[in-house]
Amino acid sequence: MANVSIRNIRKSFGSVAIIKGVDVDIDDGEFVILVGPSGCGKSTLLRMIAGLEDITDGEIRIGPRVVNDVPPKDRDIAMVFQNYALYPHMTVADNMAFSLKLKGTPQAEKTKRVQDAAASLGLLPLLDRYPRQLSGGQRQRVAMGRAIVRDPQVFLFDEPLSNLDAKLRVQMRAEIKELHQRLKTTTVYVTHDQIEAMTMADKIVVMHDGIVEQIGAPLELYDRPANRFVAGFIGSPAMNFLDGVLTDGGLRLPSGAVLSLDGQPALPAGSKATYGVRPEHLQIVPAGTPGAIPAEVAVVEPTGSDTTVIAKAEGGNLTIVVRDRVALRPGEAVALQPVARQVHLFDERGQRVAGL
Amino acid sequence: MSEWLSPEEWSAVTLSLKVATTAMVGSVVPGIAVAMLLARGRFWGRHLLDAVVHLPLILPPVAVGYVLLLTFGRRGPVGAFLAEHFGIVFSFRWTGAALACAIMGFPLLVRAIRLSIEAVDRKLERAGETLGAHPIFVFLLVTLPLILPGILAGMVLSFAKAMGEFGATITFVSNIPGETQTLPSAIYTFTQVPGGESGALRLTLVSVLLSLAALWGSEWLARRVRRRLSVG
Repeated sequence: MANVSIRNIRKSFGSVAIIKGVDVDIDDGEFVILVGPSGCGKSTLLRMIAGLEDITDGEIRIGPRVVNDVPPKDRDIAMVFQNYALYPHMTVADNMAFSLKLKGTPQAEKTKRVQDAAASLGLLPLLDRYPRQLSGGQRQRVAMGRAIVRDPQVFLFDEPLSNLDAKLRVQMRAEIKELHQRLKTTTVYVTHDQIEAMTMADKIVVMHDGIVEQIGAPLELYDRPANRFVAGFIGSPAMNFLDGVLTDGGLRLPSGAVLSLDGQPALPAGSKATYGVRPEHLQIVPAGTPGAIPAEVAVVEPTGSDTTVIAKAEGGNLTIVVRDRVALRPGEAVALQPVARQVHLFDERGQRVAGL
Repeated sequence: MSEWLSPEEWSAVTLSLKVATTAMVGSVVPGIAVAMLLARGRFWGRHLLDAVVHLPLILPPVAVGYVLLLTFGRRGPVGAFLAEHFGIVFSFRWTGAALACAIMGFPLLVRAIRLSIEAVDRKLERAGETLGAHPIFVFLLVTLPLILPGILAGMVLSFAKAMGEFGATITFVSNIPGETQTLPSAIYTFTQVPGGESGALRLTLVSVLLSLAALWGSEWLARRVRRRLSVG
């Protein structure tokens, strides 16, 4: 096991900068997830850690060693690819034993290590099969098994669950997390799915457009997003945003309605600002309630455990999630009351405003 | 069969098989190397190499034979060098016929292998690198098994081309019975002498049978390999 240190990493393809100076510290044994929309540079960064992509500038260390010029085979990593990259001409056992075969490991030890990994992943009955005879989930497990058998310093996962159906994805998510808790190997995991990031990571690195927007523990990002991008990216359904102008003790919307703020924002009155509130922090109150946002119910989506309501308000649609089953009809007039303690405020540049 | 074919005809058939097999086997390794260069290489002169490899496909075979005669003939620069230092002689020998056939079939061989290299999922090779494999082992353990169907297809094409090669062979090594008279040369010779029709017909029939057998054999092999390599 080892820590991974990424220092001021840059990557350009010709004149196009893909990664524009990224710093991340990954502790020994930590599960770190790189998350962001497609094109943010997260997969490129992972491939740079793996050594599959040249580093334009900056430094990557695995343990104490700078690996910028170390070929992938000598980095002591194992990578799990999105489409699994299993060898079609080898059985499950041979796929898993691939790294040991290269090392010239004695047959007895090879068999034992493959058997151990296969047992932990429930693959024992499948060892003699070929990848084409396996389901998507089984292939995913074999790809993980192949990485585990290598016993690397660092595991790298490149969107490993994207090809699985929703149900299997939830199951494999738990399996990967459990695997990490058991092996405690440093893991870097790339996904575009913020739910995966929230549920699995010790630490999340939110990337956007080649830079790091915020690094932190999942709930830290959820509770205190550093900027409007992170606020909108983390959390599902996404946070609601309302643009307005700061007044003393509140934010005035273009309609003239004033939303109250709990605390003293570190921004002078009269500044433009964006009010952010998560769907579960909006309460549906009777129409006409003072201090609440007037709205009209547009869509009601019951999911069973909770209900998502989309309401039309001035300035755009607002999403509300309520735990109770609500008897609302489209077209009904309501008012939405934000929980003032749970409100986020962002300045004109999208940065979080302190003081709330 | 030896009673059905005359000794001369029989010798043309066995010589053709020997020449075609030698040409096919001898050109596999260079064929894979050139296909790798053309599919993966990023170097100056790649297009030139591509053109040179494909030249035998578009040049008149007689011209190829003549170029071979000029370079690999006893007085040619390469031929004289090989004869002097290694005792290898091509002109007017069956080995020369094999060389001519190998060169004529080379573009077909390279093309088939190149297409299969281009179809290889690079992620499989990258995965090999991340699992600790040196690029040479990645090639031997991952790439080579994956392009096997392409290699087999290329070999059959090369063999079939060699079985039918006429122009370059006759120009380079002439038409000496028992030494350089391959099936097509023998058929041609039969058609040039009065009363040779039945011999020409018999040998044509043999060519058809051999070609069909090679084709079926390769199809069968390719199907087996492809089944082993399929992912889904």
